Amino acid sequence: MEQKHLKRVDLIFEWDEKNPPIQVLDETLQKTPDAIILEMIDSGLKGRGGAGFPTGLKWKFTRNEDSDIKYVICNADEGEPGTFKDREILDRVPEKIFTGMAICGYVIGAKEGYIYLRAEYNFLLKSLQQKLDKFNQQLKDRQIEFTIFLRSGSGAYVCGEESALFESMEGKRGEPRNKPPYPTVAGYNSKPTVINNVETLVYTCEICRMGADKFKALGTSDSRGSKVFSVSGDTTKPGIYELELGMPLKDFIDEFGDDDAKAVQVGGASGHCVPRKKFNDTIIGFEGIPTGGSMMIFNSSRSMYNVLHDYLEFFTEESCGQCTPCRVGCQQLLKGIEAVKKGERPPSYLEDLKKLTLTMKIAAKCGLGQSVANPFISIVDNFKEEIIY
Amino acid sequence: MSKYMVNLKINNIPISVEEGTTILDAAKRLNFHIPTLCNHPDLSVAGNCRVCVVEVKGARLLAASCATPVSEGMEVFTNSEKVRIARKHVVELLLSEHNADCTKCFKNGHCELQELASEYRYGDHIFIDLVPFKQKFLDISSPSITKDTSKCIRCQRCVRTCAELQAVSALAVVHKGSHQTISTFMDKPMNDVVCTNCGQCINRCPTGALYERNYIEDVWNAIYDPNKFVVVQTAPATRVAVGEDLGLEPGHRVTGKMVAALKKMGFNKILDTDFTADLTIMEEGTELLTRLKKALVDKDETVKLPMMTSCSPGWIKFQEHMFPDLLPNLSTCKSPQQMFGSLAKTYYADKINIKAENMVVVSIMPCTAKKFECNRPEMRDSGFKDVDYVLTTRELAMMIKQAGIEFDKLEDQHYDSILGESTGAAVIFGATGGVMEAALRTAYEIVTGSEVPFANLNIKPVRGMEGVKEASIKIKNAKPEWSFLEGVEMNVAVAHGLANAKKLMEAVSSGTANYHFIEIMGCPGGCIGGGGQPIPTSPEIRRKRAEAIYAEDMGMDIRKSHENPEVVEVYKDYLGHPCGHQSHELLHTHYVERKRY
Ligand SMILES: Cc1cc2nc3c(=O)[nH]c(=O)nc-3n(C[C@H](O)[C@H](O)[C@H](O)COP(=O)(O)O)c2cc1C
Ligand code: SF4
Ligand code: SF4
Ligand code: SF4
Ligand code: SF4
Ligand code: FES
Repeated sequence: MEQKHLKRVDLIFEWDEKNPPIQVLDETLQKTPDAIILEMIDSGLKGRGGAGFPTGLKWKFTRNEDSDIKYVICNADEGEPGTFKDREILDRVPEKIFTGMAICGYVIGAKEGYIYLRAEYNFLLKSLQQKLDKFNQQLKDRQIEFTIFLRSGSGAYVCGEESALFESMEGKRGEPRNKPPYPTVAGYNSKPTVINNVETLVYTCEICRMGADKFKALGTSDSRGSKVFSVSGDTTKPGIYELELGMPLKDFIDEFGDDDAKAVQVGGASGHCVPRKKFNDTIIGFEGIPTGGSMMIFNSSRSMYNVLHDYLEFFTEESCGQCTPCRVGCQQLLKGIEAVKKGERPPSYLEDLKKLTLTMKIAAKCGLGQSVANPFISIVDNFKEEIIY
Repeated sequence: MSKYMVNLKINNIPISVEEGTTILDAAKRLNFHIPTLCNHPDLSVAGNCRVCVVEVKGARLLAASCATPVSEGMEVFTNSEKVRIARKHVVELLLSEHNADCTKCFKNGHCELQELASEYRYGDHIFIDLVPFKQKFLDISSPSITKDTSKCIRCQRCVRTCAELQAVSALAVVHKGSHQTISTFMDKPMNDVVCTNCGQCINRCPTGALYERNYIEDVWNAIYDPNKFVVVQTAPATRVAVGEDLGLEPGHRVTGKMVAALKKMGFNKILDTDFTADLTIMEEGTELLTRLKKALVDKDETVKLPMMTSCSPGWIKFQEHMFPDLLPNLSTCKSPQQMFGSLAKTYYADKINIKAENMVVVSIMPCTAKKFECNRPEMRDSGFKDVDYVLTTRELAMMIKQAGIEFDKLEDQHYDSILGESTGAAVIFGATGGVMEAALRTAYEIVTGSEVPFANLNIKPVRGMEGVKEASIKIKNAKPEWSFLEGVEMNVAVAHGLANAKKLMEAVSSGTANYHFIEIMGCPGGCIGGGGQPIPTSPEIRRKRAEAIYAEDMGMDIRKSHENPEVVEVYKDYLGHPCGHQSHELLHTHYVERKRY
């Protein structure tokens, strides 16, 4: 297998004075939409919001839909525990996001774009709006028929799930929808919609600036390019780092761990827990364990029971509550590990609970309920003693 | 536009269905039953309960069959191992947060969750009792609707019903995660919110979380009280539906058997709301003609047109909350139930020599809103509560069973007299468009002296299940006293279900509608689809009930309200003439503006 090593990259936050985003936009709009789509597909860029869907294809599908009205939406709901990279991007280089959105609008034929900003990031609203006004004016000056609007989110984690986000934007309760139809066919206001993560949009801007070749020179065949990581927990250097994809977790831990790391939770509460013995064989990327950016390091002072308990409390609280496997399943998992801990249920009950998470994984309505199996099984399997005793 | 056909296999059997068909419906065509809970034929798709999941070859996820359209080449398995495990988990999870005291539950024996549990009989449940949800959370504030959150499976059928069919949204999903529940604005009691008491949510709730406030014991007590004279009235739509709860197929007319059962149960007199339906036509028809005269001839600006019917108490409360500006457009006629009550405890009590205070009036209604209506403070024109107890069609069926009566073996019997005779015009009150049709049959004849110009008196344009129906009749050869109506095109509209009513009211409010007379029934299909009717309900079932209603009409000797001999007699004996003083006292009412929050 192709293997990379830890390498810092500086694309996202880099500011090229000679070629600022607005100039990238001007140059890119000289190309045809189809050429831009080809470039995106060629770059191998996959969504950075968690699901990892190829961005070029998403744009292509939406472009192919026949509709007068289409939308571009930037998912800035950043709610995954341990993730805080979008906030930094929104603060430091929002022009790149706007540019990515405008390019996408041009490609798919949308006249409106929206940024759905996590309610907790409302402190960014004012400065973002100022920069946005300027950008919108620049678009107007160029007679580009595209306007971006800011929307403040409604608070719940689940509103980051794309279809719940549309519901929320439409003024309804943020409950995920049935799929199909997918957003590319029926998204916001039931119109074809591209929804991309903040970071994804910045990379689209970067790919347009430097070309697909330079981007795909980074990373591996399954995981092209780099990614912004939010490093937290028992680390000597908490913070935000842009790293090349495809490194083994070992490299990462050598760089960021405190020499006592026993596990890393890759991908936040809904991600996987990797124990020390698997650091060497775990690749960070779509071929291994993908992450929306959250890397939480736990050292030997941490109780993995508490970690799992926290995650389950989070899901029990943050499930939208509409579907049975997730609403009741999360509660059962939480009560279940408590009962095992207290000795009210035998350790074998953990096996029943694991089976339950497998049902949740395939029968829950959205990604929230579907992903609870990830932390549950990886923590229970790797730290069984800590759960039981 | 012709739709594409899609080829797929379900449990290895090939089938070809129209594009857009759900897996659930396609499976049904092959007679594969897939259990469902949140799905309902009258509502949008929710896909939240997840009991209907099936396996699709090659797919990472199981598909909710109610929410997933078929696609070309799909291979579906409805009973694979994965499916069975997931279904078992889902049912067990639902039961783990459920207060399953079936033996005490009003829905015992009529509950979709119970049915599912009994179909699968999983035995010992592996999951932990989620105790907080089992604590009873009973809301009995409303005289119509009882809500028990401990029985709720959060399928949101009620929420969708109230929003989509009724445009009321009294019920909503609140909170998230483990706290997610169905509640009202600010968690207020049901009686203090915009709920119209229509009961449509009850008809679609799969469990015992919503049911009618029931008065069965009170009615038995009255029957067995030697000092009480218990009079019962039966609404038009009950006679085409009660059989469904007694083992008969939808669409069975059981008028005579129902009368026989009521006699056997011990009611003192079996009378008919159909009688007061005919009376309503006399009053409402006259009121309409009077309004037209005042508006068109006298140019009286205080007279409001279009006039709107007032026999559906769910609709009345809706209007009081939502369109108080249009209250003057409502006919002042009481509903047939309340006309019956006030006449029973005055005219009729006198006639049969019973003191009003010793008389108990019971109504059998397809409706839950009538339970609220009989408690309105205005409804005491006899000096007492005019109608004491309202039972739904469902409650009647339960009482018939409790009485040990073998319903289908009963010989037909006739209603008692007086207040028991009726016409075909009265029985069609039970279906949407029926009041309009009955009113036109009479009003047209009053004005012109001849019958409405429709074959067999059947005014087809106002019939059927279209949400909003319109018709117009040109008045020809008006009698001299109605000459101002000569040549006038009478424009009428009919709506059923409050979402349709809302559309019509918005048109009236904005001045884009030009009608003289509007019929509104609060429930989809009219009273045949009332909130007190047997469960389940579906477009198909309502269609069958409506057919039975029109068959009942065709089978009647008299089919015009003004020809009901008892109606004629009551006017002669007691009321004088329609909309006269006595009528005004007993048969008409007024409305109140209500807040929305
Ligand atoms: C419960 C849940 C929460 C999510 N929250 C976010 C979020 O905060 N930000 C985000 O970009 N994507 C989030 N997603 C993923 C989105 O649904 C969607 O896949 C993503 O926005 C697509 O953008 P991408 O293709 O650029 O990754 C979430 C998904 C789920 C199931
Ligand atoms: S999986 Fe959870 S969050 Fe997603 S729809 Fe179901 S209940 Fe809501
Ligand atoms: S709602 Fe159904 S399952 Fe629950 S107690 Fe009532 S009858 Fe039993
Ligand atoms: S009775 Fe009617 S108005 Fe009231 S909550 Fe139920 S559906 Fe809504
Ligand atoms: S009250 Fe009934 S219809 Fe409403 S969500 Fe609960 S179970 Fe479903
Ligand atoms: S019936 Fe299909 S999800 Fe509920």
